[in-house]
Amino acid sequence: MKVGHTDVLVIGGGLAGLRCAIGARRRGLEVRILSLVPAKRSHSVAAQGGMQASLGNTVRGAGDNEDLHFEDTVRGSDWGCDQLVARMFTHMAPKAVRELAAWGVPWNRVERGSAEAIINGQRVILTERDEAHGLITARDFGGTRKWRTCYTSDGTGHTMLYALGDRAVAESIPVDERCEAIALIHDGGRCQGAVVRDLVSGELSAWLASATVIATGGYGRIYGVSTNAIINEGIGAAIALETGVARLGNMEAVQFHPTAIVPAGILVTEGCRGDGGVLRDVDGHRFMPDYEPEKAELASRDVVSRRMAEHMRRGKGVKGDGPEHLWLDITGLGAAHIDRKLREVRDICHHFLGIDPAREWIPVRPTQHYSMGGIRTDHRGESPTLRGLFACGEAACWDLHGFNRLGGNSVAETVVAGMLVGEYVADHVRDEGSAIRLSPALARAFIAREQAALEAILARPAEEDAHAIRRAMEATMTEQVGLFRDEAGLATAVETLTGLLARAGRIGTRNKRRDANPELVLAWRLPKMLKLALVAAEGALARRESRGAHCREDYPARNDRDWLKRTLVSWQADGPHFEYEPIEVEAMELPPGFRGYGTRNIIEHPGTAARLGDTEAQRAALAGAGRDAVQAALLPFEALLPERYRGRNARLGEVGQ
Amino acid sequence: MSRTLSISIFRHNPRDPASAPRMETHELAEAPGMTLFIALNRLRESVAPDLSFDFVCRAGVCGSCAMVINGRPGLACRTLTAALPERISLHPLPGFALIADLSVDTGTWMRELAERLETWVHLAAEPDLDLLEAPLSPGLAEEIHELDRCIECGCCIAACGTAQMRPGFVGAVGLNKIARFRLDPADSRDDADHYELIGNDQGIFGCMSLMGCEDLCPKELPLQAQLAWLRRGMARQGLRGIFDKKDKK
Ligand SMILES: Cc1cc2nc3c(=O)[nH]c(=O)nc-3n(C[C@H](O)[C@H](O)[C@H](O)COP(=O)(O)OP(=O)(O)OC[C@H]3O[C@@H](n4cnc5c(N)ncnc54)[C@H](O)[C@@H]3O)c2cc1C
Ligand code: SF4
Ligand code: SF4
Ligand code: FES
Repeated sequence: MKVGHTDVLVIGGGLAGLRCAIGARRRGLEVRILSLVPAKRSHSVAAQGGMQASLGNTVRGAGDNEDLHFEDTVRGSDWGCDQLVARMFTHMAPKAVRELAAWGVPWNRVERGSAEAIINGQRVILTERDEAHGLITARDFGGTRKWRTCYTSDGTGHTMLYALGDRAVAESIPVDERCEAIALIHDGGRCQGAVVRDLVSGELSAWLASATVIATGGYGRIYGVSTNAIINEGIGAAIALETGVARLGNMEAVQFHPTAIVPAGILVTEGCRGDGGVLRDVDGHRFMPDYEPEKAELASRDVVSRRMAEHMRRGKGVKGDGPEHLWLDITGLGAAHIDRKLREVRDICHHFLGIDPAREWIPVRPTQHYSMGGIRTDHRGESPTLRGLFACGEAACWDLHGFNRLGGNSVAETVVAGMLVGEYVADHVRDEGSAIRLSPALARAFIAREQAALEAILARPAEEDAHAIRRAMEATMTEQVGLFRDEAGLATAVETLTGLLARAGRIGTRNKRRDANPELVLAWRLPKMLKLALVAAEGALARRESRGAHCREDYPARNDRDWLKRTLVSWQADGPHFEYEPIEVEAMELPPGFRGYGTRNIIEHPGTAARLGDTEAQRAALAGAGRDAVQAALLPFEALLPERYRGRNARLGEVGQ
Repeated sequence: MSRTLSISIFRHNPRDPASAPRMETHELAEAPGMTLFIALNRLRESVAPDLSFDFVCRAGVCGSCAMVINGRPGLACRTLTAALPERISLHPLPGFALIADLSVDTGTWMRELAERLETWVHLAAEPDLDLLEAPLSPGLAEEIHELDRCIECGCCIAACGTAQMRPGFVGAVGLNKIARFRLDPADSRDDADHYELIGNDQGIFGCMSLMGCEDLCPKELPLQAQLAWLRRGMARQGLRGIFDKKDKK
């Protein structure tokens, strides 16, 4: 049994894992990355539309700053996020974009002078400032008050991932490709590394590490139709859950993106609407302004998705051979714009639909897209219950997004979290490293346990068919734990998933090969995926309110009085255990309010009015003191940042101030 | 009218002493909108549970699924069966180590390429992240992005006579990367450095300009123009190198 040692083990080679590894490596630590696939093929590569950062270079972004980005993020989360984390994040995002620019991401740049754009269906002329020429530009995205989303055409994730992937090579960080972490090694209090299965040879080994970072992305593939890469099966979150010690947070918070193509479920970016595209129904009518007169297609994602579903329920969907859908119309943008700024969209339409989006409408419907929930950590990325276990990126719930993530905030989060957690991990190893006792005997025991479990699968007869169970799970999640939820559906879902989990223990394989065996991989992963599905469904059943993407038709109000709290779940011998952690109103810089969509339907928290009065009084007392001083009084965060990242972000208008 | 496809797949597991390379043929009812991603998964779910292949994004952006489809390298995930005849043959991408069946190891190959050609921006100094970013002309940013779009799928290697004959050849994928960093004002390397990397038979002078690569690049990168531009630049640099040496003598 091979047992290796490293300072830091990073599980996941997407944006978050790579950036975290680079940070720890630069602090002089030995770092190793594991990935199911070559790092540059990670799901991050598929991000299209862009990355939010309040640079304020483009004229429609002028005046933007951390405060506005923070407020948009908190509103977007439906007040479910951790505002401290949101503050750290919005402070870091401009640095992250600028670092990536230096490392080679060819962000689209501001072009001085006048050019035509489409805003809310109207043609307008925008004139860019001379002094902004050549700086990083931005496009409009849903739920933001400024044009803040930086991009490289619609291949943003690709350029970011390649820049970081190559930077990791430059830093000589080894990446073990086609290697799956299948269990965390821990002693009940501290994580000591992971058991790893080589997906080619089938062999097991282990890495012992002073710090283990899970950056394995989302769990979208527990749903039948998802925009996610097919490897986004949530195994990283599942192995954390299976420790019984680490907790997952808000697993019921699942986002549906308004525009995935039908039937394949491949995403076309929010940038389509940001750049002026509109949604149309079976009659060709642009319906979003009827529901959301102000923000229309650029309302927050959860809102647009629900409005689309609502409109289809009213019989306005397009019915054909495949699933019912609506239309995304970007013909108004013109071929030239599409060729330059939406070329992936053009290619996707061409290859998968056989249409030219410059001339034809794109069939779309809301589709599972993003996992707000994940491994619960503190603002440093560490599990509060399992020391030495860190998480960042989509796999984590340090809780930037609460119950709804804004478009463009995820790739920004991955890199920001990577930058921060890389530093905190390095601090952790520096401060505690010498005292940590890593146990090769423990590692061997864990390898033996996992080996026995794998052998058991190979040894048993194929009583249950993995594909049938998987399809039943996917259908249950899509139908009953989807865009709209209610007590009856969720209760049925919990029952179904519990039954499937029991059956999954009887899955066998037809071929008994240990190496490169796709059947064994599925038989192995499916029970883990079912556990995630079950905790998401149970969490949703328990949460009797509607918040962000979690929409209970039987409890339509956002209930701050009873539900301003985060769901935590751990897996015990008898199944999932739920706990709740309050989101403190008293500590909020932006107390709970109305997001401005539909009609106001909020059951107030008893502390909201007082905190509102308090923050207003503090603002009044500090009138004229400058926004930084006001902010620091309301929610101090600077001291929590690594020292190297505490500087103010320069902006065009503010240069020299 | 719905067709029945006849799909012949290369099967072999190089780690199994009992395995011999062979073609295995399966029939499959075609469905509307069916891609090779869907077709191969259906076969795995029904008749070929141990069939190995690689898909990740299934949207034509991650470069995992390149294989030889009826004799031509291409991305399987975005290939509609409707665009193919009833008889389909699938082989693994040549030029890369075989993992099993249709799965090949492009990752190790690309990592070695990155290490060899140092495919990252060589900075003169670390940036100060608190300051405004360095301006870049909008047109140049788009030109760099154009070349940055390579997805390391390996189709150009499979399509390249030189790469198949000469294992160390960096191929269009490698040459395009040098072209990309050569364009980038942030990269402090000059043509003398580039010449060190690709001024030889493993690099630009090994390329026979037959352009199999450009025809098959799924991202439609302008490889022909880039290779020609590099060849001129490197030839110039080569001459300069000769004169420099004479000067030194
Ligand atoms: C189609 C699409 C478009 C998007 N567009 C945008 C956008 O425009 N803007 C935006 O902000 N966000 C966007 N997002 C969201 C964003 O792309 C993701 O949230 C983000 O890239 C996740 O990055 P990550 O590093 O956390 O994880 P990933 O990129 O998913 O990487 C996960 C890594 O973990 C590895 N891994 C997983 N499990 C294991 C295991 N058990 N053992 C070892 N390794 C493992 C994988 O191999 C991979 O390397 C988009 C998402 C989708 C689906
Ligand atoms: S032009 Fe021909 S020889 Fe040169 S890289 Fe392309 S395919 Fe290979
Ligand atoms: S140059 Fe084109 S064919 Fe070659 S690896 Fe890149 S994307 Fe693939
Ligand atoms: S699976 Fe990603 S390109 Fe085909």
